Amino acid sequence: MIAEIVFAISFLTLAQFFVSYCRSLIAKSRGYELSEQAREISGVAANTARGDQFKRLLTLIALCPGPGGDANRIRAVSTYFNLLGFGQALLSRAIPSAARWIDAERGGCAYVAAVVLDRRIAYRRTVLLQQLARN
Amino acid sequence: MLGPVNYTIWFGVFLVELFSLLCLLRKGALSKHFTLVLYLCACLATDIGGYSIIKTSGYNSNAYFYFYFYSQSLLTICLFFVLMSLYSQVFSEMGVGKHIRAGAMLLLAATAGISLHMVAASADRFVTLFVTELGQNLYFVAVLLTYLLWGAMAKLRENRVRLLQLVLSMGVYVSLSAGSYAMVNLYPNHEFWRYYFPITEMCLPVSWAYAFMKVSDDARMGTARLLAPTR
Repeated sequence: MIAEIVFAISFLTLAQFFVSYCRSLIAKSRGYELSEQAREISGVAANTARGDQFKRLLTLIALCPGPGGDANRIRAVSTYFNLLGFGQALLSRAIPSAARWIDAERGGCAYVAAVVLDRRIAYRRTVLLQQLARN
Repeated sequence: MLGPVNYTIWFGVFLVELFSLLCLLRKGALSKHFTLVLYLCACLATDIGGYSIIKTSGYNSNAYFYFYFYSQSLLTICLFFVLMSLYSQVFSEMGVGKHIRAGAMLLLAATAGISLHMVAASADRFVTLFVTELGQNLYFVAVLLTYLLWGAMAKLRENRVRLLQLVLSMGVYVSLSAGSYAMVNLYPNHEFWRYYFPITEMCLPVSWAYAFMKVSDDARMGTARLLAPTR
């Protein structure tokens, strides 16, 4: 009986700590304002993104090489996004409010991907301008 | 007998712990986060000790059996010290460090006493049963203490990003461990645990290495951003 209670409470706290930890990893990007060009390319609105845009944004990120250093962040966000998808598949019918929350979180992940894309576009533009200035 | 998969996992865990220790030392964490360094050193010593005992006496020997269970208990107690140092840092401005340490020691002794009493009251008095029971209870107390600390941090509007990440990763690890120990109590002698526990041991060193390598000491962020729903 004690083991079952310990397991149940630990599972709930694990879920809460895990979500907060993932948010702490991606929180930096959430306050970032996307540039006009990034919004146009990614199709993301000024401050919000939808979960279903995430895969498309990852494809765009793969097409746009960056200075490096953001690969771990993309991996962490992708893992969190996939775990949320798994949670959504499990809970969407049983708890509709949880499904809405998960959808909002997945939108947050998509916004982080849009920020990474924006930074990569800015980097490419700077490199291109430097090359043009040299020539 | 251990197979190549077990040795690969063991070697992977060893490398991750060593890398994390080097990251902490490189970032000058020895004085400010001494208990983290102590915990990682204890993990490395346990890995090396366990490997040498397996090589000399074998995996199924009594020597390894006792070494494993006692070393796990010691590591859990070391983890308790880490948690107390996190408490001390969060409440550093209030000057209550001594009280926190005294309270933690009392709690540690009480948990060990209760676990011993629970095992002594059962029909089969095995030392392994005591250690599994102690592990489950200590991790569960650690879960409650971490949750309490996280609540206090939210209330005090703690904004040091590295400290937030250290506490949250600690919460993830102790919750995972407490739940796993509870499952071991429910389903013991399962082959799965032989692979599962070493993999979960990588959680803390990986998150600590990330916190010290990627997050600067002066980075700040409000806890509200971690608790409030996404816009």
